[in-house]
Amino acid sequence: MKVSTQWLSEYVSLDGVTPEELAEKITRSGIEIDEIEHRNLGVNGVVVGYVKHKEKHPDADKLNVCTVDVGSGEDLQIVCGAKNVDAGQKVPVAVVGAVLPGDFKIKSAKLRGVASQGMICSAKELGMNDKLLPKDQQEGILVLPEGTEIGLPITQVLGLDDAVLEFDLTPNRSDCLSMIGAAYETAAILGRDVKLPAIDLIEAGGSASEKVSVTVENGELCSHYAIRYISGVKIGPSPQWMQNRLMAAGIRPTNNVVDITNYVMLECGQPLHAFDADKLGSSIGVRSAREGEVLTTLDGQERKLDPSMLLITGEDRPAALAGVMGGLETEVTESTVNIALESAKFAGASVRKTSRKLGLRSEASLRFEKEVDPSAVIAALDRAALLLARHAGGSVAHGIVEQRGGSVQEKTISLSLPKLNAYLGTDISMLEVKAIFARLNFKCADSAQGVIEVQVPTRRGDITRDVDLIEEAARIHGYDNIPTTVIEGPTTPGSYTKSQAVRLTIRRMLTHGGFHEAITYSFTRPENTTKFTAFSAGTNAVPLAMPMSEERSVLRTSLLPLLLESAAYNRNRKNADLSLFEIGKVFHSNEEKVTAQPTELTMLGLLLTGSKVEEVVGAQSRKVDFFDLKGAVESVLAELGLQAEYRADAPDGFHPGRSASLYLSQAPDKRVGVLGQLHPQLQRDFDLEDTYVAEICLDEWYAAAMPEMEYRELPRYPSAQRDIAIVVDQAIEAGALLSSVRASAGELLEDVRVFDVYTGEHVAAGKKSVALSLTYRNPERTLTDEEVAQAQQNVVNALEQTFAAELRK
Amino acid sequence: MRERLEQLKHEALEELKSVLDAKRLDELRVKYQGKKGKLTEILRGMGGLSAEERPVIGQLANEVRDAIDAAVTTHAERFEREETERRLASETIDVTLPGRKLPRGAVHPLMQVIQEIEEIFIGMGYQIAEGPEVETDYHNFEALNLPKDHPARDMQDSFYITEELLLRTHTSPVQVRTMQRMDGEVPIKVICPGKVYRRDDDDATHSFQFHQIEGLVIGKNIRMSDLKGTLLTFIQKLFGEDAQIRMRPSFFPFTEPSAEVDVMYKKKGATEPSWLEILGCGMVHPRVLEMSGYDPEQYSGFAFGMGAERIAMLKYGIDDIRHFYNNDERFLKQFARQ
Repeated sequence: MKVSTQWLSEYVSLDGVTPEELAEKITRSGIEIDEIEHRNLGVNGVVVGYVKHKEKHPDADKLNVCTVDVGSGEDLQIVCGAKNVDAGQKVPVAVVGAVLPGDFKIKSAKLRGVASQGMICSAKELGMNDKLLPKDQQEGILVLPEGTEIGLPITQVLGLDDAVLEFDLTPNRSDCLSMIGAAYETAAILGRDVKLPAIDLIEAGGSASEKVSVTVENGELCSHYAIRYISGVKIGPSPQWMQNRLMAAGIRPTNNVVDITNYVMLECGQPLHAFDADKLGSSIGVRSAREGEVLTTLDGQERKLDPSMLLITGEDRPAALAGVMGGLETEVTESTVNIALESAKFAGASVRKTSRKLGLRSEASLRFEKEVDPSAVIAALDRAALLLARHAGGSVAHGIVEQRGGSVQEKTISLSLPKLNAYLGTDISMLEVKAIFARLNFKCADSAQGVIEVQVPTRRGDITRDVDLIEEAARIHGYDNIPTTVIEGPTTPGSYTKSQAVRLTIRRMLTHGGFHEAITYSFTRPENTTKFTAFSAGTNAVPLAMPMSEERSVLRTSLLPLLLESAAYNRNRKNADLSLFEIGKVFHSNEEKVTAQPTELTMLGLLLTGSKVEEVVGAQSRKVDFFDLKGAVESVLAELGLQAEYRADAPDGFHPGRSASLYLSQAPDKRVGVLGQLHPQLQRDFDLEDTYVAEICLDEWYAAAMPEMEYRELPRYPSAQRDIAIVVDQAIEAGALLSSVRASAGELLEDVRVFDVYTGEHVAAGKKSVALSLTYRNPERTLTDEEVAQAQQNVVNALEQTFAAELRK
Repeated sequence: MRERLEQLKHEALEELKSVLDAKRLDELRVKYQGKKGKLTEILRGMGGLSAEERPVIGQLANEVRDAIDAAVTTHAERFEREETERRLASETIDVTLPGRKLPRGAVHPLMQVIQEIEEIFIGMGYQIAEGPEVETDYHNFEALNLPKDHPARDMQDSFYITEELLLRTHTSPVQVRTMQRMDGEVPIKVICPGKVYRRDDDDATHSFQFHQIEGLVIGKNIRMSDLKGTLLTFIQKLFGEDAQIRMRPSFFPFTEPSAEVDVMYKKKGATEPSWLEILGCGMVHPRVLEMSGYDPEQYSGFAFGMGAERIAMLKYGIDDIRHFYNNDERFLKQFARQ
């Protein structure tokens, strides 16, 4: 809402308050002022002049030489190039020494040999906004109304010495979508009085009810519908002061009738509509549209209507979309003589629905959507009728033709002072509270000790219970005057939950391992939901009802496609070496057509691609491989105190020979992760080099993670280490060999690890040599050679029997 | 013999003076002191000396040997020192070349901001609460005093899945779920961080996915002044002890009174600090308390919420919100300070 301070000062005194100070005060009291617009962009010394004569320039066809009276006692000779300049006009004259916007100084000049003592100005030259100028003022010099006083500063005539405050209203403060509402707010903040415009309407001629009738069918969507009948209007421009105010508010002047309805809407917040009564007919109705009905609205568009839309009809024919826009057929035109002036209260939700459905928003719909003040319906109607009589020569018929459901009641709310102070943490006295409500123009009366009954004006529909009154009191008292205190009562221990602590640990481990944390979008392309199905097989992806694009139309079912897109993004920026991880949710539903909240799994995604390069001079880079990825996963598991198994697997999207599934040792039947090389096909699709990815479901980790630390006594007796090398088929996994060793070596085995795997010379084709290192120890005494040799023999026997292993000598 | 010894000493010391390297020194040592050396040779003639002369000459011989020994040792030490110096000089490295670093990755800047805020509030006795990202219409809107026909509930502004399900538009439903879980018990002190989604076109300052951090306190006698005190403490921990805040009245359907909080902060590149909007807050609306089973005549509470992106952008001087979701390594690695 653009609030002209000049206009505002008519209702509340702004003496001694600059627009900047006012803006700051209003902002600090709850309505943000986005911008202060000074209407004068640098006009100085321009006055109203009277063109006495116009003669053709002797040497230039397109120029005129004008004799202009600017009230200085001496006529000026001014050369003017505008086509529309003529004798007898009142025009803005920039005399010698005047300044126009852009710091354009006017000097005396000679134009093709003829002296010119100034310049006759167009509206644009005065810095006025093109888009808001009446159509007839967009070209040529600005011709002012005949009665304009010669010699007056043009800034005064055009209301340019005005600062306009842009109120950025929160949805609850639609009361300030009007100048009167803004005036009440300003008055409360400044502690001054509000003076409202007088409505001294004189009715003349016959009775309105003889001219029109009103029938409201949908009382629930239109609680009040009122018509005044004004006859004999003469369409013409509205007064300059009214045009100035409309332009300050951002509305382009049209003609006196339309301008008056807009002006009163701005003043009272009540949208009005003027019908050409002769085109509308005498029987006015309010009803739902019927299937198949159409209406051509004022903007010339034919609108298809449906029964959810509320209509105004004339003789049962669609005439206007209630609260949204009028119809073209019943529009006020140059030839209009009689007017049916509408003021009504339409239900906000209904107006919003219609306006959304048709993509049609107007100043009227904006106000109706937020519920207009029911008391303003008649006040605005009378005010507009008065102005039509005054500025359009109309004659207002006796009475109002209306239909309304019930009368308007002001709410009364009890407010307890102890509660107010307990709620705010303040110590405000009853006297102060009463003074605040007096400033707000809310009446209040004592009811019990410390309790008052506050009567809320109908313009403040947002105030419904005592906390709303407490807020009013707080904001006028000033939020700055609320003290800062510490919460009283029992202290509470703050902490992370286990799952939060696990995620923090993972984040710390991986970043210390050189991975950067990524955050990708939670929605993706549908084809990305079928690439990695380890955790979503047999379920359905969750689509958005109204996606913004196909690219982001479905909730992700895996983090990996998005991490791969991030890798591709980096590769396109010449960065092919990347270690990324993400912790985030994936979504899937067990229902074909989603009705219940989908399953949300918290996943850890890892991505390694390109080469590992040490930042040391001369260091060799090497391509990342499976074991870089597995090592990262192992480190995280170790940090969390989790034991896991890796089993060769070929999940969707992975290289079938270089991938594994991950199982926690305590639940060896439940897959909790997949890791491995990206399938070469996907690698090509994403345009990446060799890439390794892992995805792990953290929900399965939380319970077992981070067990208590355990201390084991340091060994007192020495250990014995024995290495063996065996030759086995290449297909045999090291993990199987280790399991066999652990099972066969007996209790003395403390540790076993693979320290070499070799194929090539001296090893038969299809075979590999695996070197194992075994550590034995007896915690009770020193080992004997015999018992170690026996254990070794058991191991060798087992390996020979199970894997046909040959011992290398 | 005495003369020969004196002569030998003189000759040896003279010759040693001009020695240049360890090899020559060793040759000279052998020449004079070795088993077949000159001193030995002279001493072999000791047999022909008288009993009176023998101890005198013996002593002299010892003196001569000691003198030569001392000279040899001095030179040997010098050569060793010089050798060490030479070796050290040859081993010199360029210490300005880079070292072998420990790997260093970055926690995402948004997560750093969220973690920092979480830790501040944990220190003030808060728990961290979480909830689903796909929410019911009830938890996201209705229970927060945003009835069905509220303008903020337009299909255009939220990512709906069905009429009853949508991607949460704020983390406030976690507050509702916390109240339901606590089932009328107090006190509640929680921070709810997480992803939220709004149907908004992307540009430098808007993103359809972003992160919020909200807080909720419910108890007996919770006052607006407590909210102000809590936020002042928080902001000073986040932006420094000198940080100032101010509250401006505002509107949210789920709080009454409501306020916006500005912090006086010097933005990167700005010459002067200015008031910057940083969070929204208010006293929990009695309707919200009622709907989740708390009697507003007995209990009161406050809530606040802020955007992690906005705070990260202010703190780090980031100019485009989309950087947070592109995962450009050149962006991410700038935050690898641990």
